[in-house]
Parts: sequence; structure tokens; C-alpha cells
Amino acid sequence: MSASTAIADRATAAAHHPARSRVSARVRGGRFRRFLVPLLLVVLWQAAAQAGLVSSRLLAPPLDIAAAAWTLTASGELPYHLLVSLQRVVAGLAIAITAGVALGLIAGLSRLGEDAVDATLQMLRALPFLALVPLFILWFGIGETTKIALVALGATFPIYLTLFGGIRGVDPKLLEAGRILGLGRAAQIRHIILPSALPQALVGLRYALGTAWLSLVVGEQINATAGIGFLVMDAREFLRTDIIMVGLLVYALLGLGADQLVRALERRALAWRPSLIREA
Amino acid sequence: MAPSVVRLRGLTRRFQGPAAPPVLDRIDLGIAPGEFVALLGRSGSGKTTLLRTLAGLDPVTEGEAVLPQRRAVVFQEPRLLPWKKVWHNVALGLAGEARATRDKALEALREVELSHRAEAWPLTLSGGEAQRTGLARALVRQPELLLLDEPFASLDALTRLRMQSLVAELWQAHRPAVLLVTHDVEEALLLADRVLVLANGRLAEDLPVSLPRPRRRAAEGFDMLRVRLLNILGVDEDGHDAAARAA
Repeated sequence: MSASTAIADRATAAAHHPARSRVSARVRGGRFRRFLVPLLLVVLWQAAAQAGLVSSRLLAPPLDIAAAAWTLTASGELPYHLLVSLQRVVAGLAIAITAGVALGLIAGLSRLGEDAVDATLQMLRALPFLALVPLFILWFGIGETTKIALVALGATFPIYLTLFGGIRGVDPKLLEAGRILGLGRAAQIRHIILPSALPQALVGLRYALGTAWLSLVVGEQINATAGIGFLVMDAREFLRTDIIMVGLLVYALLGLGADQLVRALERRALAWRPSLIREA
Repeated sequence: MAPSVVRLRGLTRRFQGPAAPPVLDRIDLGIAPGEFVALLGRSGSGKTTLLRTLAGLDPVTEGEAVLPQRRAVVFQEPRLLPWKKVWHNVALGLAGEARATRDKALEALREVELSHRAEAWPLTLSGGEAQRTGLARALVRQPELLLLDEPFASLDALTRLRMQSLVAELWQAHRPAVLLVTHDVEEALLLADRVLVLANGRLAEDLPVSLPRPRRRAAEGFDMLRVRLLNILGVDEDGHDAAARAA
């Protein structure tokens, strides 16, 4: 069927099913409607501040926050601190992904590896990793290393756990089929085990990103001289709640952006899943 | 007669200890090249265990088994890798240059009338399409022994009929030795040169089927064989359990 007839068909289908086209219109409208309540809250917040109901010293009104964001961006301050923070997260995540994937593969692919790695990691995981901050400061000082190490440590576990679980959750029937097709161990890992662990591992990556931001926030409050966390802590000294809010907003947007990135990755890597096929 | 592609002698298989009754009990079996053998039996009779031994999936611990090098299996559930496109599933594990294996896979898909689905994701296939992909994946290896483990059991009746004639055509074109495990007596009679019945771990019947091909249910002698096999399986013509009624 050519594209034009397909479109024509769809048009006639829509004409025959007015109910369906109304539904899709409602869905599209719904997407905007979702933002209506948050928008209303922001307006109310601004109004309350202007009416003097909320002290703008304790909570800056939205327009002030927007103005602060603009000033900080125009002066180059915000981009600079953002870049520093991003570098920390990227470095920490790179370490976490490398370590998490390596450990997950070792533990997932061999019993010996599991015995060697898993118990240790499970014990470490039971420890709230932020409790290690004092130790890290002693070991690595108060410089970049501590901040990156925190991000790396927190993000390693979710990647390790989900990859390990994903590898162990592979359907034995598929492995059996692979054996009959003449796949050796290496080919089984490449064609069956790793692809089947990927959906879970990507969920792990998403968790890891969440933990990475959390570690970053904590890490950047340790005697930092740059970064979004520093910006926020510095603003606190001067009671600049508008700048603090800008910092929080940036954290939120970064988290959201990272999540979108993984989603995009999932759409590409997991294109075979039926739910994604239907979306396409 | 040509030497057998499969030769089992005294094959015994136990799941529990040596005291428990074996699942397979001293099975002797030969399958000639190009022979189509159907294996019937009630559920739990050890059909699948025997097939797995012939596939080389289960070890031979008692007795001996001579198996051909090139074996292929079509399972009851398609067992396709969902993250590989249909043609890639068919080509999986084939030795040789990428271009050549792709061409082989596409040719096999053409034979099962699935050329138009070569680039599809397996999870978008219908049940019949998935099983045809499994069939293509088995045939592309040019097996000397093709093992079919109730491959039509989960298909709807119409699709099953089409699959059965497709298997008959492909078998005639390629002539592998086939072992079809099934619980469907008519299916066995439509396809096989020889029908085996497995009961209590023993081969209870070895029945040559000399009906002319292509087989039809209405053919003379078909019904007689059907009733005979049903009786061996312990079911009378109306589907009642003969043993239960005798009791």
C-alpha cells in the first residue's frame, strides 16, 4: 500500500469513526490540561507573594526566580556552575557504569564470580552510602575526588544489581534453543544473555541517574567552590532564596533531562518490545 | 536399506534414583534417512524426554544413542529471540559470511511463505507465523534429523491444518528424517511413515503407515488405523477413557 492511500484510508476511517477522532483530540488537549494546575499554583504563589501573604525573604516569588535565573545565565555564572556539576556527574557515572557493568557481568555469568563479588556488594549496599562521607573526606580530602567518588559509589549498585538480576533471569528455554542452533558460550552471551538483561539494566541506569543527582547534591555541599550546590549554599549565606530556587530548579531539570535521555536510549535499544512497537 | 541416522539401543532415563520407575525404559529405535516418524503417547509418557535425548539436550546415561551431526528442533513454543528480527533469528548460529547467511535465511523464509515478515520483530508475529519462523530456522540448517515437539499444539485448528501440509511439503522437498512428537492421532497418520506409541516408558507400538500421499482423512484404511492407535492409547472412538470405563 502506498503512503498516500494509507493516509486516505486513515482519513476515511476517521470519518467513519468520529468518536475515535474526538478521543484523540481529547488526548491532545489532555496533554496541555496536565500543566494547567501547576501553572495555576505558580500564579497563586505569585499573587500571594504580591499580596504580602508569603514573605519573599523566605520564599522568593516566581517572577523574582525567573529574573534571578536570567541574571545568572546572562552573567555566565549559572552555565559555569552547571558545567562543573555536569562534569562531576558524568565522571562519577562513567566510573559507576564501568564498575557496575564489570561486576554485574562477573557475578552474573559465573557462579565463581557470584561467590567472589555478590556478598561483598550486598553488604556494602546495605550501608547508606552517604554515611561514608566522613570517611571519604578523610581519604580523598574535600576536593573533586570525594564528590566524584560519592556519585560513582551511589550509582554503581543499581547498575550492578539490575544487570546481575537481568542476566540470571534469562529464559532457559531460549538458552536451550541457542545451544541447539550451535551457539557457543560467547555467542550465547552476546545474542541471548546480554540482550535479555538489557531492559532491566536500563531500569538500573535510570535508578543510577537518580542516585547520582542525590550524591551530587550532598557532595557539592562539602566545601565546594563551584557547582550548582555551591551556588545554592552561597546564596543561603546571603538569604537569596531566589537563587536557591534557581538551583533547585536546575537540579530538577537535570534529573528530568537525564531520564529523558535514558528513555530515548530505551526506545532505540528496546525497539523490539510490543509496547514500543505500538507507539511507533 | 540405508544405515539409520538415529540408532538407540537400550536407552533408559531416570529422573529420580535407580529404584524409581524409569521415564524411558530400554528403548530400541532406528530411524532411516528421510523417514518421517511420529511419536504418540499420553502426557507424561516420556515423549518429550525421548525427543530431548535425540536433540542432544539431555545426556545419555544408560544405553547408547547414535545421533547425526546436524539436528534441528522446532519446539512447541516458538522460542524466537524477541530482540532479533525474524530473518536474524533464522540466520542465528549459521556459519559463514554475513551476506550468505542472510540470503540463506531469506530463502528459508520464502519456503515457509514468510518473506514479507523477514524484517518484523518476533513479538508482532501471529502464532502460526512464529511457528513457521521456527520451521525456517530449523530447515535452514539442512538437518539430517528434524525434531518437532508438538509444534502445532498451540495453534488454532485452521492454522494447524495449513502447518501440517506445509510440513509435509517441506519434508518432501528436503527429505530430512523427522521425529514428530504429538498427541494428535490424525496428525500422526496424515504425516508419518511410521507411528510409534510410547507408554510407561516403553515403545508399545511400531505401526507402519502405508497410506498413499498426499494423505486424506477420508482415505480407505485411515479410520481403521486411527481407531487402532486410539485403542492402544487407551481411548475409545468417542474419546472416552477405556480404562476408566472398564473399571
